[in-house]
Amino acid sequence: MTVTTTTTGPAFQDRRPSRRVPTARLVLYGALVLGLLATLAPFAWMFLGSVKPTGEIVAHPSSWLPRSPTFANFEQLLSKQNFGLYFLNSTLVAVACVLGNLLFCSMAGYAFAKIEFAGKRLLFGLVLTMLIIPGVTTFVPLFVLVSNMGLGNSYLGLILPFLVTPFGVFIMRQFIRDIPDALVEAARLDGAGESRIFLRVILPLTRPALATLAILTFLAQWNNFLWPLVIAQTEDHYTLPVALALFSTGANGTNYGLLLAGAVTVVTPIILLFLALQRHFIQGIANTGIK
Amino acid sequence: MTTATSLKPARERSSTRQPAQRSRRGSGHLRRTLVAWAFCSPFVLLFATFGIWPVFSSLSMSVTDITSRDVQTPFSVNFVGLENYTALFDDPTFVRSALNTLYFVAVGIPLTMVLSLAVAVALNSGIQRAKGFFRVAYFAPVVTSIVAVAVVWRYLYKPDGMINSVLSVAGISGPDWLNDPNWSMPALILMAVWRHFGIPMVIFLAGLQSIPPELHEAAVVDGASRWRAFRSVTLPLLRPTTLVVAILLSISYLQFFEEPFVMTSGGPLDSTTSISYYAYQQFGFGNYGLASAASYVLVTAIALLSLLQFRIFRAKA
Repeated sequence: MTVTTTTTGPAFQDRRPSRRVPTARLVLYGALVLGLLATLAPFAWMFLGSVKPTGEIVAHPSSWLPRSPTFANFEQLLSKQNFGLYFLNSTLVAVACVLGNLLFCSMAGYAFAKIEFAGKRLLFGLVLTMLIIPGVTTFVPLFVLVSNMGLGNSYLGLILPFLVTPFGVFIMRQFIRDIPDALVEAARLDGAGESRIFLRVILPLTRPALATLAILTFLAQWNNFLWPLVIAQTEDHYTLPVALALFSTGANGTNYGLLLAGAVTVVTPIILLFLALQRHFIQGIANTGIK
Repeated sequence: MTTATSLKPARERSSTRQPAQRSRRGSGHLRRTLVAWAFCSPFVLLFATFGIWPVFSSLSMSVTDITSRDVQTPFSVNFVGLENYTALFDDPTFVRSALNTLYFVAVGIPLTMVLSLAVAVALNSGIQRAKGFFRVAYFAPVVTSIVAVAVVWRYLYKPDGMINSVLSVAGISGPDWLNDPNWSMPALILMAVWRHFGIPMVIFLAGLQSIPPELHEAAVVDGASRWRAFRSVTLPLLRPTTLVVAILLSISYLQFFEEPFVMTSGGPLDSTTSISYYAYQQFGFGNYGLASAASYVLVTAIALLSLLQFRIFRAKA
């Protein structure tokens, strides 16, 4: 024992010469890396599992790396389970909601931020209140309403309730409020009407906020579950999360290969989008907290 | 309209608007109101129809005996007062779901906040290299669909699944997470923490970055330990951020729904039924009045918890 310590002691010191690395920092990095592994392990398991044949997924003991990788799960998902259609449905709903929110919420946000008008405080108070109302509160009457409008099980029924969001108005108003009033006033003095000011002065300056709103709306709609679950009654109107959830709780619930491939299909597009635009995702979330 | 004085109100915030200025604006004010409402009209129309109206409709449904059969014939619905609410609290499944929701919130929120604050502090202080990389990687679970995540975690939690094999490396034989009523809730909480903690982390990180590091350093120079400086300087300055995080997490944790839907169907023995899941089930049975009442219990809980958090954080400020 004593021999070992005396020999490793100097050697250990040799390895870190003048540049001192504090132990605290090493512990910190160690903990962060451990946390990182815990955070990413479920993703790794999901991606690796989706290219395993079912037999390998349920094999015991299970291994991380697929021994005979195959895309059979994905092929089956697309050909027999219609996941291609659900993918299109999800995309259509999310994109429509993004466009609606960008246009309508920026218009309302401009009015809230830069125009004094009767009823503004009441209306904005309602917007703020709705931010804390959970979706489960409104889905029953919403279901009745949309069904009575004849929009049950339709794309319009999926989209309309989320075409504008109180969150969208809130975030646009916060951002537009920070645009100097002098710019708006100068345009007014030059004789520009409000719609001209909105289109020519406000919108170009609001691009970062619009980007944030677009990303967060897309994210929320891509992952939205309760409403599509309630309103989409036949398979041709399922969105990806609905299809996956019903698939996993139904008779196919034990086909692990298909389920993992389904999960990959839901998660991959949004992860790719996130990796490409991560700065905006993270900044968007951070901003909702600060302001 | 063209003089500087008449334009002045536009510069004011709504909270500082003076009644005297209203009369000075005269017809310009009316015109401005019309223009503003025109700008708001698409939003107001959709928001009123699909946002505000259902909230009140849900409230009124909660005091009636409306079922799925009454939807076409609204006049057959009877006012029943608070009967739905008393029925809820007589239903052991609902009481269980309320307790489960409280459990989820009471354990999940502090756990998420402590972990996310710890990571935020670590990323803010000690780490220069790879900071952005860590931030992105830790945030990744936030953007994933909760349904997809729940599907994946269902298999991670199997008795011979990945989580138990990791535990067995440490010599622990893990439970049958999702089929053991004692472990089903901890399992869901663990997954929720994994998925959610990226949001408070980036908000805390932003909050920390707005605190001048000199304040913390000054305390350390004055002889305070790093921990003491963190507790007495950094934490109090983070109070507004902490409030926002607490409220955001309360709103989302109180609504948990997808996890029991996909992973446990509320079981075993109702151990993971949440209020949202209960409301969804009652909707499925056609009991719209009961479902609405359950959702209003949730609204009340969210409002009370937000108010409580405001009180706590205000009182200490």
